Amino acid sequence: MKDTSRDEEPIRSTPIHSVRDDVEVLPGSLLTGDATAADIESIRRRTSVYVYEAPVRLWHWINAAAIIVLCVTGWFIPNPPPTMQIGEATHQFTFGYIRFAHFAAAFVMTVGFLGRIYWAFVGNHHARQLFILPVWNRRWWQEVMFELRWYLFLEREPKKYVGHNPLAQTAMFFFMTLGITFMIFTGFALYSEGLGLGSWADRMFGWIIPLVGGSQALHGIHQLGMWAILVFMIIHIYAAIREDILSRQSMVSTMISGHRTFKDDRPD
Amino acid sequence: MPATETFYDVMRRQGITRRSFMKYCSLTASALGLGPAFVPQIAHAMETRPRTPVIWLHGLECTCCSESFIRSAHPLVRDVVLSMISLDYDDTLMAAAGHQAEAALEQVIEEYRGNYILAVEGNPPLNEDGMFCITGGRPFVEKLRHAAEGAQAIISWGACASYGCVQAAHPNPTQATPVHEVITDRPIIRVPGCPPIAEVMTGVITYMLTFQRLPELDRQGRPAMFYGQRIHDKCYRRAHFDAGQFVEAWDDDNARRGYCLYKMGCRGPTTYNACSTIGWNEGVSFPIQSGHGCIGCSEEGFWDAGSFYDRVTDLTQFGVEANAGQIGGAAAAAVGGAVAVHAAVSALKSAQVKRQQAAREEA
Repeated sequence: MKDTSRDEEPIRSTPIHSVRDDVEVLPGSLLTGDATAADIESIRRRTSVYVYEAPVRLWHWINAAAIIVLCVTGWFIPNPPPTMQIGEATHQFTFGYIRFAHFAAAFVMTVGFLGRIYWAFVGNHHARQLFILPVWNRRWWQEVMFELRWYLFLEREPKKYVGHNPLAQTAMFFFMTLGITFMIFTGFALYSEGLGLGSWADRMFGWIIPLVGGSQALHGIHQLGMWAILVFMIIHIYAAIREDILSRQSMVSTMISGHRTFKDDRPD
Repeated sequence: MPATETFYDVMRRQGITRRSFMKYCSLTASALGLGPAFVPQIAHAMETRPRTPVIWLHGLECTCCSESFIRSAHPLVRDVVLSMISLDYDDTLMAAAGHQAEAALEQVIEEYRGNYILAVEGNPPLNEDGMFCITGGRPFVEKLRHAAEGAQAIISWGACASYGCVQAAHPNPTQATPVHEVITDRPIIRVPGCPPIAEVMTGVITYMLTFQRLPELDRQGRPAMFYGQRIHDKCYRRAHFDAGQFVEAWDDDNARRGYCLYKMGCRGPTTYNACSTIGWNEGVSFPIQSGHGCIGCSEEGFWDAGSFYDRVTDLTQFGVEANAGQIGGAAAAAVGGAVAVHAAVSALKSAQVKRQQAAREEA
């Protein structure tokens, strides 16, 4: 420590971690783990990296809540609950409310997804990871294979990643980015049937109905889409909790606070 | 000369009074969803316009469209439209037969080139050069192409001509093909249904003959006034659907109370047709009113879309008879099981690694 007798400010700004410029920090994450040079600079000084900005986290949880509502009501729409005798049909709207909840959650999810796309443009570097797979990057493919081996218990220790690992990124791209887009398009095409010919939904999405061979076929593939998202949900929650325990970095809390913390100080 | 004869002339010749004629015009206007202001317009058109001849061809079909058509609710509609058609060519209904009938067909095609309406019931099979359907000594597909050349517009009657229907169901050995996939250079109106509702058929023809133009069509080329909404949208049992009151089994109490047939596989929510408004047999009833679900006969590929009591199509691609819900559920259960196993192995592996580390530190 040098010159501690001066006023408080310089003491507080003096780093307690020593910066090791000779060590290359998280080289893997720099290439494929979605880390920027600023992130690396940050990790030299802090024990956490700010990854997910508030709008991304907010979207994640709103999207999760909407998907849960959509899956539950989406299960009940083709398989209605047992007939209920609460009152006259005119005073009872049970199945109507189930469908209403489905449509309301669908609008929430759609608006949220559009907001998320907007944030990919204006947000930080990590906000874009969901939308672009760097398939041209050789190293990225190696990391995908590495993660596969890690999940097959063939690797002893996982790598550190600031953003999503390449395998998670691939799953999110296909099941969420493409999956949500698919559900929005097929869902609003079905919604257009109720709004009728010439409605905004019909003009925007009505062309999908004859494309897939009619309304019944469209209902079928929309349902399959729901199951695909449900399968992703199971894997996603499991992987997040598993990696929170077994990996070298924080997972669940990162989507709450936005900060990725690392459990060890080894450079990779 | 038949070209100068108007609809009104034909009607008067049939012994129809002026009063009945005006009634017919207002009925037509309301059937087509037009206001009372259109009544004089229709009357004027029918009085002055030379009638348009209609050629009615039959391919691979069961004649249910014709059977439906001749049972049109309003006798006037039937008599007028039918008599006009039988004057020209319809091999099932016309008096002439054999060479005489074929000569009549050629005559209409020549005399009214570019002005007649071609109505097609059934569809052409294309396999083996069309040999699975021979009419008048040659493959039907040739006759269809020949007649379509000079047609002003084509009406595809029924599910056969519109989508293929039962003869095009998997595996479709004769390669029965809907009309619009064979004739691509003429405007085609699709009037699906197995059969279509009689009043829908006469309504479409009357509209075209009266206004000399196609009715407003939807994306699939169906007249929007009859196929713009689903059975479900105007079903009188819809309130029970929204209330969540369903028939749970045939002949249960809920069936007697007239609850919604959704759980019995009613395809009303996925079927575009006018059954729930116009009804069948002079408006007496329609399937749902009779206590049976809609089988979706006016939708594409309804024979291949599973049983008449399934609202969800079986996916045979997976080698078993299962629908989206069953396959999705099985996939979710399999993934859930795999996750549980993976979690257990992860825990064991993690414990092993910790034990090894501890052993190494001791050593």
